[in-house]
Order: sequence, then structure tokens, then C-alpha cells
Amino acid sequence: MFDVFLEQAAEFFIWDNAFFLFRAMMTTLFMTIVGCGLGFIFGMILIYLRKTPGLIFWPVRMTMIFYVEVFRRVPFLVLLFLVMFTVKGFGLDYSLFTIACISIVIISTAFIGEIIRGGLDSVHQTQWDTADAMNFSRLQTLCHVVLPQAWKVVLPPAFAFFVMFIKDTALTSQVGVLELTQAAKYYNNLGYSAILSFGTVLLLYFVLSYPMTRLGWWMEARLRDRRRDDDEVESGVTPYELRQT
Amino acid sequence: MHHLEVNGLTATYDGKLLVLDDVSIQVGKGEIVSVIGPSGSGKSTLLRVIMGLLRPQSGEVKLDGNAVNYGNKKSVKALRDRFAIVFQQFNLFQNMDALRNVTIAPVKIRKRDARQVEEEAIELLNKVGLGDKLRAYPDELSGGQQQRVAIARALALKPEILLLDEVTSALDPELVNEVLDAIRILAADGMTMMIVSHEMGFVREISTEVIMMDEGKVIEVGAAAQIFDNPKTTRCQDFVSKILRH
Repeated sequence: MFDVFLEQAAEFFIWDNAFFLFRAMMTTLFMTIVGCGLGFIFGMILIYLRKTPGLIFWPVRMTMIFYVEVFRRVPFLVLLFLVMFTVKGFGLDYSLFTIACISIVIISTAFIGEIIRGGLDSVHQTQWDTADAMNFSRLQTLCHVVLPQAWKVVLPPAFAFFVMFIKDTALTSQVGVLELTQAAKYYNNLGYSAILSFGTVLLLYFVLSYPMTRLGWWMEARLRDRRRDDDEVESGVTPYELRQT
Repeated sequence: MHHLEVNGLTATYDGKLLVLDDVSIQVGKGEIVSVIGPSGSGKSTLLRVIMGLLRPQSGEVKLDGNAVNYGNKKSVKALRDRFAIVFQQFNLFQNMDALRNVTIAPVKIRKRDARQVEEEAIELLNKVGLGDKLRAYPDELSGGQQQRVAIARALALKPEILLLDEVTSALDPELVNEVLDAIRILAADGMTMMIVSHEMGFVREISTEVIMMDEGKVIEVGAAAQIFDNPKTTRCQDFVSKILRH
């Protein structure tokens, strides 16, 4: 088995293949960034609407809750097929990449929305009341008071979801998106050993997701040290210097 | 005409539990009206309702003779522009240092000049004895210091009426005086205040008028000396005798 592996390796690791795999890797990455990035924005909007008080917004709140509850419980692959056949059914000529992104956005909006809700709920109601009593609008309270306190709760699971979805994009190979797993299938079909093609892709998934995990850790640490940075930015001196004065 | 007038105010939690029952009070300009009573008597709720944090079921609140419409955002906003409230649990914004806690609302909400607001905020924090804690975050401050920041924050809004909701209840006994001293300074400046407090000595010393509440109702209203030395109602006599015995 390893004879074949070594024999094919020299043939496999050439610039053309590296370039092809790099493109597949970028497709995986962009799908995740676009899908989860938009999912983050829509998730924020969803939770804002879900938390809007008043009887008149009851149908909106219920719709948002229904959306989250439904799309957190459907398999990504099923949704992917559903989106693809719906798009085709309407006669729209969307690329497979776009179809995959739409599917990721639908799922990630529900998941990230729920993560953001958890973060907002971690901030005590009294912070809302206090801002309310000072005439902050809901959006101002969210931007100036609640979100800055909620980030440290939101960020770790949001990044974990993002990294998890890098792996889950492998499912888009089922509809033919040329991402990493599809590239591995392609090489395997060309006659390269499965260990070589899928093993290479496995490493590339790691190369893609590990820096993202590190980035998440770095952002969490940065959030913890935010005060220090804020102090430096606003006053031009370090907190240590401030405490000495 | 009174500065603040509350007439027949009734409020419930979830439409079921009656927490304010036909409450009427009047506060004149420069007066300090204290509300006393046992826990759960509706004192804090009264302040929350006045601020529009809890919608009243019936009754009215008048400011200089003009009734506030709590169903109308503009009307509530106009009311909040003239009031400030200090809460029992300080409720400082945890993501901001002391100075920013004081400046955020005047700058971001009232759109006042940031530099001028900051100068005033530093002056206010100096006034409450926290000139050296401008850059300290709430979790780096003691309870008493946090409450004094909260008072400075309320004052930065230049309120016509200041509502103080049991501002010493969450403090260690040795920290109570530093907050009371800050309020004494405000009283000396002629600030109109409504104070909910369990500090009976302080209430007696500072109040123009004292209101005794129980079970959501106003039981007795009178001058501090009358309420504490010669209460008319049995409930008030009972409450005062129990409090003063301790």
C-alpha cells in the first residue's frame, strides 16, 4: 500500500495540483466566511427583532423563534438539497457556490443568532433599565452598553461554530461544489490512492481551521485586555502609569 | 402648583399583582421627599413607575402641571430628560470606566460637547470624592465608590428631580456615610429629590416631607418630626416603633 503511496506522491505533489488544491481550499474558506459572516449579521438582526418588546411585535418575535427552532434542527445536507432544488425550480441560474453560501447563511443565522441571544441574556436586565432611564434607544443600549459586555460570552462559541463549519462545508461536495472534499474525490477518481488524496485534504482542513482557532483565542485574549488598550488609546498612558499618578 | 404631582397611581406586575394602589404624592421645587416603609411596600416600584420603567395602570404623573403620557414615547422621553435615578445596585455600565459612565449619556444621548461634558464629569467626580478614580472600572471600585459614581452620573444629566432608590441598602455599614455625605451636599445645593431609604436617621435629618407606604398604599404623609415622633396611623406607629427600637 505504501509503495503505491510513495510512487504516486512524487506525481501528486506538483505545482498544478497544489494550485488546484489551493483554489479548493479558498472555496472552502470563502464559503465559510461569506456564509458565517452574513449569518452573523442576519443573526444580530434576528435577535434584535426577537427582543423587540410590545404586543405589536409579537408575530415578529414568534417568526424569529420559529426560524431559529426550525433551522437549528434540520441537517445541513437536507437543507442544501432543498435550496438547490428550490433555486433550480424557480429557474434561477445560481452557481453551486452561491447555493452553498445561501444554505450556510440560513443555518448559521439560526445558530449564531442563538449564540448572540445567549450573550445578550448574560448581561443583566438592570443594564437595559439603567440605559432606558437615561433615554438610550434600544439600538444605542445594544451598541454602547450590552454588546460590549456580551462579546466575551458570544465570541468563543461563535468561533467554535465557524471552525466547525469549515469542516461541515465538506457536505457541499454532495451537490458538486469544488471545495476540498470534492477535490479529494476528484483525485481519487483520477486513480490516486484514497490515502494520498483524502490524507492531503485532511491536512489542508487542519491548516485552514487551526489558524482560525488561534485567531479566536487571540480575539478572546484581546477582549480580556480591552480595558488596557482603551486606557492607552484614550489617555495615551498605560494603566500602570495611571495608577502611579 | 407642585413641581411633581402623582395622582391616584396604580400599577401591577403582569396585570395581576397590585404593587401600587392609588398613590398620590406632591413634591415642590427644592423639596426632599422621602419614602419609607417595609420591604415590598412599593417604594422602589413608585420610582420605577415615575421613570416609565413600569407602565402605570391608572392615575397620572404631572410635571409642572403637565401630565405625562406613559403610552407615548416622546412624552416619556421628555420626562426622562428632566429626571435622573440612582439605583440600589448602582447599575454602573460594567464595560466603562467611572469617567465614561458619567459622560456617556450627556455626550451620546444629549449630544453635548464632549470636552465640556468631560470637564463637568471630572468636577462631579471630584465633588463626590472620586477624582482619583476616573479611569477605574466598576469592578475595581468598592460599593460606596460605585454608588458615588452612580450619583455623579445622574447629576451629569442635570436633572430637575433626582430619584434615589435605597442607595445605601447594598453597601457595607462603613461605606454608607460616604454616600449619605454626597447626598447631603446635593441637599445643600437645593436639589429636588425623592429618596427611598431605610436610613431613618438620615431621612429624618434631610427630608422636607416623609411618606410612609405599606402594601402599595400611602399610609401617612407628614413632616419628618411628625412621622417619627407623633405618627397618626397605627401602621405607621408600629413601623416607626420597630425601626427606632433597633
